[in-house]
Amino acid sequence: MRATALDPRNHALVLATRLTLLFGCLFLWWLATATGLLSTFFFGDPLGVARRLWIWFSTGSVFLHLYTTLLETLLAFAIGTVLGLGIGLWLALNPFLAAVTDPFIKAFNSMPRLIFAPIFALWFGLGIWSKVALGVTLVFFVVFFNVYQGVREVSPVVLSNTRMLGANSRELLRHVYVPSAMSWVFSSLHNAVGIAFVGSVVGEYLGSEKGIGYLILLAEGVFDINSVIAGILLLTVFALVLDTAVSVFEERFMRWRPTAGQTVGANA
Amino acid sequence: MSVAVRKIGEQPVAQSTPHALRFDGVTCTFASNEGAGKTYTAVRDVDLTVRQGEFLSIVGPTGCGKSTLLNVAAGLMRPSSGTLSVFGQPLVQGLNRDASYLFQVDALMPWKSAEDNVAAGLLFHGKPKAEAREIARDWLVRVGLDGHGKKYPHQMSGGMRKRAGLAQALALNPRILLMDEPFSALDIQTRQLMEDELLQIWSADRKSVVFVTHDLEEAISLSDRVLVLSAGPGTRPIAEFEIDLERPRQVAEIRMTQRFLQLHAAIWDVLKGEVLKSYARNRS
Repeated sequence: MRATALDPRNHALVLATRLTLLFGCLFLWWLATATGLLSTFFFGDPLGVARRLWIWFSTGSVFLHLYTTLLETLLAFAIGTVLGLGIGLWLALNPFLAAVTDPFIKAFNSMPRLIFAPIFALWFGLGIWSKVALGVTLVFFVVFFNVYQGVREVSPVVLSNTRMLGANSRELLRHVYVPSAMSWVFSSLHNAVGIAFVGSVVGEYLGSEKGIGYLILLAEGVFDINSVIAGILLLTVFALVLDTAVSVFEERFMRWRPTAGQTVGANA
Repeated sequence: MSVAVRKIGEQPVAQSTPHALRFDGVTCTFASNEGAGKTYTAVRDVDLTVRQGEFLSIVGPTGCGKSTLLNVAAGLMRPSSGTLSVFGQPLVQGLNRDASYLFQVDALMPWKSAEDNVAAGLLFHGKPKAEAREIARDWLVRVGLDGHGKKYPHQMSGGMRKRAGLAQALALNPRILLMDEPFSALDIQTRQLMEDELLQIWSADRKSVVFVTHDLEEAISLSDRVLVLSAGPGTRPIAEFEIDLERPRQVAEIRMTQRFLQLHAAIWDVLKGEVLKSYARNRS
């Protein structure tokens, strides 16, 4: 085979290989469970999972759960991002406050925050807000640290130049600090998507009456492994969708950034 | 023909109009990174005036504190002692609002297109959006970037970014233009083109320019006056030369003239000693 045949820029080939890999794995799974090599009791089987998903969607029973989990995740994602952005900017531009709060922030960040779930359940009840709160504590720190770093990394020359152009501190924030921090924020948002789901699902798992985490918990209680796997698949798909949405926004707002492989003007 | 050189210390006759910039005994001392308590004096007791409408170049060995002087002139840095006056008014706090600054390295906002970069300064000065864009487009044309206004800095070459930077600085119509080795990163051809364009733009309204460079030829071909700084630390001006070459000038051609070579020889005579001193100090 020629080396060019495996060109990573050949989108059709890459897609075909990906699909082959995916269906190959599914086929192996199906084969192993159908022949009895793996027990369907512990490993489920792909057709059972597909049937389960079909039933969920055809009866519409899953929509309430899906809606709940997505709502919790999106709220946690949005609130955590806004708080992280705001407080990150505030502390980064206020060295005294940053020095004072530094040990507390480090302490909160190193704390395993999932153990807050029972406390949030007590404070905010079993509805969506206890899950949102958990998600916010997870998302916040990821975004916060990136904004903080982003502001620190602002080029001093760009800053001096913009000041010389007559920008006041509000204009500096808007035209220099925020855009500079945004590229850091976007890279953190990809992580934040995943952990926002973690917050919602773990929260539901520990106590709730609806949501995908609740569905998985119920199924697990009756050893319905196919439903557990179907739930996990659903979460994965929606995490991917949200991640893609972040990428689309990133593409839009970060157009000024040179992308890898793009020729960049040298001298002359 | 003699070379008009004046050793520093003889004060010129006081002029009736205030100087664009006036340094009085400016000293800048920094905390040294070699150890606690140690200090480094970049410039010491600098007395320096920049006349209105004058193109002044400052040359000196590498690392002699040329940029420090510009930062003081811009108000980005406060001198440890001494004062800076702008058009007769001492600059006590804040930035020098009469000056634009063209930095040595790229200072455009990378997240804004060339046009937005130029318009930004105008917006900060309270110009309405439409007018700011109009002026920005006009300036981009004047620096030879017609049709490149929508490009982001990373899509432009080094020379184009410099042009955009020049447009950004000049669009504000400052009374003083501070330039810190603006063309040092460019190749020699682009550089001479930029120098010619700078002279042409400058000749239109003759702003006061302070042009810092380590390139003596560039300094002579652009300036009305060249100031030589001593080797650091504790840099101060040691000599200045009136450049009486005729204007308008073509930088590539003027370098061939007899007078240019005369001036070059005279200034290099002074500068050489400082360069050698600086070299010896940095080696040890």
